[in-house]
Amino acid sequence: MSEYAIVVEGLGKQYHLGGRVERYRTLRDTISGAFTWPVRMLKGELHRDAETIWALHDVSFKLAQGQVLGVIGRNGAGKSTLLKILSRVTEPTAGYAEIRGRVGSLLEVGTGFHPELTGRENIYLNGAVLGMKRREIGAKFDEIVDFSGVAKFIDTAVKHYSSGMYLRLAFSVAAHLEPEILVVDEVLAVGDAEFQRKCLGKMSDVAEAGRTVLFVSHNMSAILRLTQESIVLEKGEMVYRAPTRQAVDYYMASGLSQTGERIWQADEVPADASPFRPLALRVRDTQGRVMDTVQSRQPLEIEIVYELEKPIQGLRVGVYLQTMRGETVLTSFDTDEPGQYEKYGTRPAGRYTSRAAIPGNTLNEGQYVLGLNASSFRVRRYFQEERALAFSVDAMGAPGMQWPEPRQGFIRPQLDWRIEQVEAVKV
Amino acid sequence: MTASKTLTPRANAPTVLIKPQRGLVGLDLRELLRFRELIVFLTWRDILVRYKQTLLGGTWALVQPIMQMLIFNVLFGDIAGLSSGGIPRPLFTFAALLPWNLFSNAMSEAGRSLVTNRNMITKVYFPRIVVPLSSVLSGVVDFAVAFLVLAGMMLYYGVLPTSGIWGLPFYLLLSLVTALGVGLWLGALNVHYRDVRHIIPFLTQFWMLATPIAYEANEIFRRLPEGLQWLYALNPMVGVIEGFRNALVGTPIFSTDLLWVSLVTSLVLLVSGLIYFRRMERTFADVV
Repeated sequence: MSEYAIVVEGLGKQYHLGGRVERYRTLRDTISGAFTWPVRMLKGELHRDAETIWALHDVSFKLAQGQVLGVIGRNGAGKSTLLKILSRVTEPTAGYAEIRGRVGSLLEVGTGFHPELTGRENIYLNGAVLGMKRREIGAKFDEIVDFSGVAKFIDTAVKHYSSGMYLRLAFSVAAHLEPEILVVDEVLAVGDAEFQRKCLGKMSDVAEAGRTVLFVSHNMSAILRLTQESIVLEKGEMVYRAPTRQAVDYYMASGLSQTGERIWQADEVPADASPFRPLALRVRDTQGRVMDTVQSRQPLEIEIVYELEKPIQGLRVGVYLQTMRGETVLTSFDTDEPGQYEKYGTRPAGRYTSRAAIPGNTLNEGQYVLGLNASSFRVRRYFQEERALAFSVDAMGAPGMQWPEPRQGFIRPQLDWRIEQVEAVKV
Repeated sequence: MTASKTLTPRANAPTVLIKPQRGLVGLDLRELLRFRELIVFLTWRDILVRYKQTLLGGTWALVQPIMQMLIFNVLFGDIAGLSSGGIPRPLFTFAALLPWNLFSNAMSEAGRSLVTNRNMITKVYFPRIVVPLSSVLSGVVDFAVAFLVLAGMMLYYGVLPTSGIWGLPFYLLLSLVTALGVGLWLGALNVHYRDVRHIIPFLTQFWMLATPIAYEANEIFRRLPEGLQWLYALNPMVGVIEGFRNALVGTPIFSTDLLWVSLVTSLVLLVSGLIYFRRMERTFADVV
């Protein structure tokens, strides 16, 4: 067993439903069971009668020392639960995991950062929270500051930092941890491109140095770049384990509707989305037909059908357009235009359709995914599904098709090239 | 962590077994010792943060007990006319307020600590007890600062500590142990029931009046029927305050038998608090 860094056997985690909506209960809620209450409370059994769900169920795998494993799955598939159990934040309900070596987790960077403290103070504090010794932090202090690029502000309280600086400093501390096993979740989803590149570089250093890494991301190209092997989680169960390329293909092909239409049944919408309820998301061609493949040259129409059970203030309903690999092409909301935004300041209850066309000659050929988002900015996110609907774009007749080679890039606009002969050269 | 440096796997890399825990779990002292630096850092953070962006800064550690003392003197001395055991009333009250504030701050900070540090608890592993423990410890610095003022007052009034001064660390420890015991209960309960947040101020106030700070413990003892005096000593802070005041300014102390009662209650609180905390901590990250 010694060659394995991680051995997971029949691991499961059961949650009590409603725990997310009703974050904590008050004594009054429980007073009805006042007679048995004190006994049950002391036994920690108050929630036991509630409905439960397995966030992670019967997951088993082994991971050899020095291997980098990708974990792929949709929101709620159990990825974060798995990482939380392995980093000992929460306890499993069933099964066990055996871990050899110190686990460092980048579950979310900046844990333990205090806004009132300076960058310097936070480095020490954060380091200690992540399990580093004071000596270790002291020895790496300069390196950490260097990597973060905030040296000038190191003695300023971090509440005065921009979010980018804050993040860079936080990641920098976490990245200088030297654990035998590193658990990473979505840290790359934030920050500018330059910083993301830096992070990815750091991650491959870690992998090359022979450490075991568990890497979770929605960014398929990062997963492909950094891992050789991946597992796919679906509804809490491990459904697939294979070399990353195969695993990514499997994940892409599974569960995604390929008909150009995504319909939400009532039981598929989380209760906390209310009063917003998505009904359908469709892609139509110029003739108004629902299509799973559209022509690159022609406009395509995105149609969102939804219901509001109550009026919502400041609502915006929109889409994310991503490539299959998870790179975002564009984000757009139905109230982006200021006039629309004012007109629909409060959207009355009722059934709606929001439609928009992506002009012809915009998208390059390839596979795309539409995500749906309904939110009121800085107030609440009602509903979000990042991978709701997949469709393909066919480049027939698009610019440059006379050369049978794949074109790089997400967009394929028809640019108005003008060619002038400035001077004629006599041959 | 550069690419050129490769990892030599530690021969003695510890193997951790993660599995559901059942039944009573002991306090893993060795694990706690491994995280001693975190305890120090969190304590240090609490102290730093407490007085950041305040005009008076650390002076607050003095202003609070001094104001309390003035109010108590007027209320209980000038108006109610209670005896102060034959020593100057300011000294009498202040010597009791110090250990009391140490206790009450530690208790309420510890009671709130798990919820305040929610984002750490849901993201990183460490023995959860580190959080209430460092909350309790962070009050010691405030105490030390205020203690200097007490020393100054003793000089001013010409009151010398008694030979019982050697008991001082013991009484301080007793108040910290009691605070931790209650803090563990409140902290763990607060994770599930935010009612605790509302109970804490009320509990502190009630407990203060039930503790001989502005009056002598004797006022209560002599009103209790013979043989039932131990009831009052069930409040561990009775032992702490009386002992502390006796050690420093020489007010008479009640019988040592009753001190034992205080000690036992305090230990019962600590042990039961530890058991309950250990039991509940498995689900902290899911619930908090």
